[in-house]
This record gives sequence, C-alpha cells and structure tokens, in this order.
Amino acid sequence: MTAQPLHEVRSQSQLFESILELIRRTSTQLPDDVVHAVNAARGVEKEGSNAAVALNVIGCNIGLARESSLPLCQDTGTILFFVHTPVGYDQLELEEAATDAVREATRKGYLRQNSVDSVTGKNTGDNTGPGSPVFHFEQWREPHVEVKLMLKGGGCENMNAQYSLPHPDLGGRDLKGVENAILDCVLQAQGQGCGPGILGVCIGGDRGTGYAFAKEQLLRTMDNVNDDPQLAELEERIVQKANQSGIGPMGFGGKTTLLGCKIGKLNRLPASFFVSIAYMCWAFRRRGFTLDLQGAVMNWLY
Amino acid sequence: MALVKLNTPIDEATIRSLHVGDSVSISGRLYTGRDAVHHRLHTGVKPPVDLEGQIIYHCGPVMVKEGDQWVCKAAGPTTSSREEPYQWEVIRDYKIRGVIGKGGMGEKTLAACKEYGAVYMHAIGGAAQVCAASIKRVDGVDWMDLGSPEAIWHLWVEDFMAIVTMDAHGQSLHKQVFEESKERLSHLKA
Repeated sequence: MTAQPLHEVRSQSQLFESILELIRRTSTQLPDDVVHAVNAARGVEKEGSNAAVALNVIGCNIGLARESSLPLCQDTGTILFFVHTPVGYDQLELEEAATDAVREATRKGYLRQNSVDSVTGKNTGDNTGPGSPVFHFEQWREPHVEVKLMLKGGGCENMNAQYSLPHPDLGGRDLKGVENAILDCVLQAQGQGCGPGILGVCIGGDRGTGYAFAKEQLLRTMDNVNDDPQLAELEERIVQKANQSGIGPMGFGGKTTLLGCKIGKLNRLPASFFVSIAYMCWAFRRRGFTLDLQGAVMNWLY
Repeated sequence: MALVKLNTPIDEATIRSLHVGDSVSISGRLYTGRDAVHHRLHTGVKPPVDLEGQIIYHCGPVMVKEGDQWVCKAAGPTTSSREEPYQWEVIRDYKIRGVIGKGGMGEKTLAACKEYGAVYMHAIGGAAQVCAASIKRVDGVDWMDLGSPEAIWHLWVEDFMAIVTMDAHGQSLHKQVFEESKERLSHLKA
C-alpha cells in the first residue's frame, strides 16, 4: 500500500508563488537581527576611517536593496533550503516547486546565474543542475511546513575552514584548541569573506556533517544565546578576541571583524576531532516562513 | 587621505601619484573580468577590447536583458585573490592601470603595480546596489560563452567609489593588516 498524501489537492502555484516571494525577500532584504548588528557596529568605528566608510556604505546598500527590491549582493550564492515537513507530506513536490521558483527568480534578476558545470564550465543559466539548489529535508510532528532559505555567496564560502585536532600550532582536543582554530580561520580570512563576518561552527561530526551542521548554526538569530553555557561563553569570547585583531570591516583595519559566532556540537569518532567553520559575510541573507498544506504563508520567520 | 577623481583611460603619472588610503571616484569605462577571463588571457587569447590605460573590475554582475538593452541589477566586487596567478601578466601585457576588487591581492600583483604603474582599488564587498547605482549604462559584452557572471561587460560609470589599498610604490594595506592582526592574535591565543 502506498502512503497517501495528507491532502487531496494542493495548489502548485500557491506553493510556487510563496517560495518565489521567499527568494525575493531573502535576496533583497537583510533580516532585522542582522541589520541591528550592522547598525550597532557603525557606532563603534572611528569617524572618517576606512572601516567607518565601509560600514556606512554597507548601511546604505541595505536600504537601497530593500527599496528597489534588487539583490543586496550580486553573488546570490549557494541556494540553501532547510525544510521541515509533516509526516506523509510530499517532499518531492516541494522540491519541484522550489526549483521552478528558483528558475523564475533567476529570470527576474533576484538571483544571479550561479550554477556552473564543474568540468565543462558551462553555466546552466537558471541556477539549477546537480547540487543546485540545495535541500535539507527533515520530518517533524507539526501539522505545517517550515521553509528557511539561506543565500551564501562564494566569497565567504571560500573562507570556510575545517581543522583536525590536535594541531601542532593550534592545540589539542579541547575548547582551547577549538578557540585557536576558529581564530586562525578569522586570521586567514582577513577581509576576503566580506567581513564583518558571522561564524557558524561545528565541533565534531565527520568532515561532511561538520560543515553542514556549521551552516545550520547560522539559522540561529544573532541574539540567540547557546543553551550550552560553555559554548555560549566560547561564542562570546571568539567575537571579543576577533574584534581585537584589528582586521576590521573588509580587512581595512578597525574594531569590527565579527558580528557574531554560533557554535554547535556533534558527536565524533574516537579517532576524529574536526572543527568546521562556515564563514558568513555581512550580507547574511536568511529568511523563512511556515506554510499551510496548500502552500500559503502562515508566518514569516526572522 | 585625498579624494581623487579618475577618468578612464588613465595615464601612468596619475596612477603613480596615488597612495594607499586614497579614496578614488572613477568615471568612464570599466571592463569586468574575473576568473574565466583571466584564465583565458593567460592561455594566450588576446582580449577583445583595448585595455591600455583601462581598469579591470573583478565583478560578476547580475544582468537582465530588457528589450534590446542589458540592465545591470547588481554589481559589487568579487574576491580578487583568485586572480593572483594571472593579474601581473595582464598588467604587464595589456597596460591596464588599475584593478578594482575586494580582499586585496598578493606579492606578484604588488610587484607588477610597482614595475608597470598600476594600483589596486578596493570597492565595498557585498555592496552591490551602491556599486550598481554608479553604473549608468551597459555598453556591450564580450566572451558571453563564459556565462553571464564571467563575461567581459563594458560598463559606463560615474563616480564609482573605491579605496586604494595597493599602490605603485610597493605599499599594501592588506599586507600591513595581515601582519598586525597575526601579531595581535598570537597574543590572544587560548
């Protein structure tokens, strides 16, 4: 016997329209929690410094993109959908609707043509192809669907780093080693990841799950405090120390190198100890909503 | 820190008068060129436009065709360090006077800036709308076979703002900030 969907008729166009709007908002409107963090940083830098100029331009850009409904950053990045669905929900249908919405958003200029064949170099022109867009599906016991979307540009993605502890210069398999590894990532990134950055970190896991979970940490809002007091303390310390490095916005020098750091942990094998770091740029595009089973928006998240 | 107005094409003397920390306001033509363009030039293919005195902008814009006209929807800088293996050659062979990008570049580019007379100018990464606001027209495109983000777009800009972070005197803000931050972080080690 095959499983029956929870509903008889679902409006494909409603689901499509909802996701298209999610893409538009994600690409053009920075979430409020990130805007607050950027604005707070603007008060910190010395007036007239290159760091202050950079943050002012960033502030201006956030406003311009929102008003004109155009992409905040031309690199609309990897398209990452994080989806929760009720048991029995047709995930393939959502995947198809979202992929269609990605094509349409590309046609409308909310997304850049960003999907390139890794061997031939040919751009598919519509952001689809093997590995694009990316879907992380999970089931849950709620009666509705939740979709979160993150757009992560290539500049910051290139600054991600994964460390295997112990490390001769950074230390052993403890939180000190983890802290040194994270700060090394910040040092190596300098301004190349479009800082001030926000770090998602995973301690543990394997090389694949570690990076995936590091990115999932970025779904937490900027003001979210870690449930684990040791990790909460480490998150705060990383930001403090990074901001004493003098790297500053865009690597111009200054006081704001990181806007935040979110750390999670996964169990590991006795033989492995990875620290995986996802570097997110200031143009931290993350939005989400809950949908009813017909694909209509119930609530906007973030 | 001066604000210097530059009009492309630019002569060598003007470029050599610039210093790290100067703000520049650029008007005239900019050519985009990023990974695939630099790689193709490196393989010996001649550029489809005369680059002498011009500026290459490391940028993969969002372009949409409205009727017969290309319209630039977003156009901030991309990370320049990926062009480090090729940039010095492009400066030497095609006499470009400037590069705009983000994140800075390395020793080979810095040496080429000094030897041939060029500067690296830093735009604000991620600020695609602020950058796009100074792009007044899209006058053409070459090498579209590389895909839209990788093509050579002929942009016409007015008052495009950037900061000189590598000059023709061997100075690099990126080198300086890296060394200083490395030193500071070494004292903050857990």
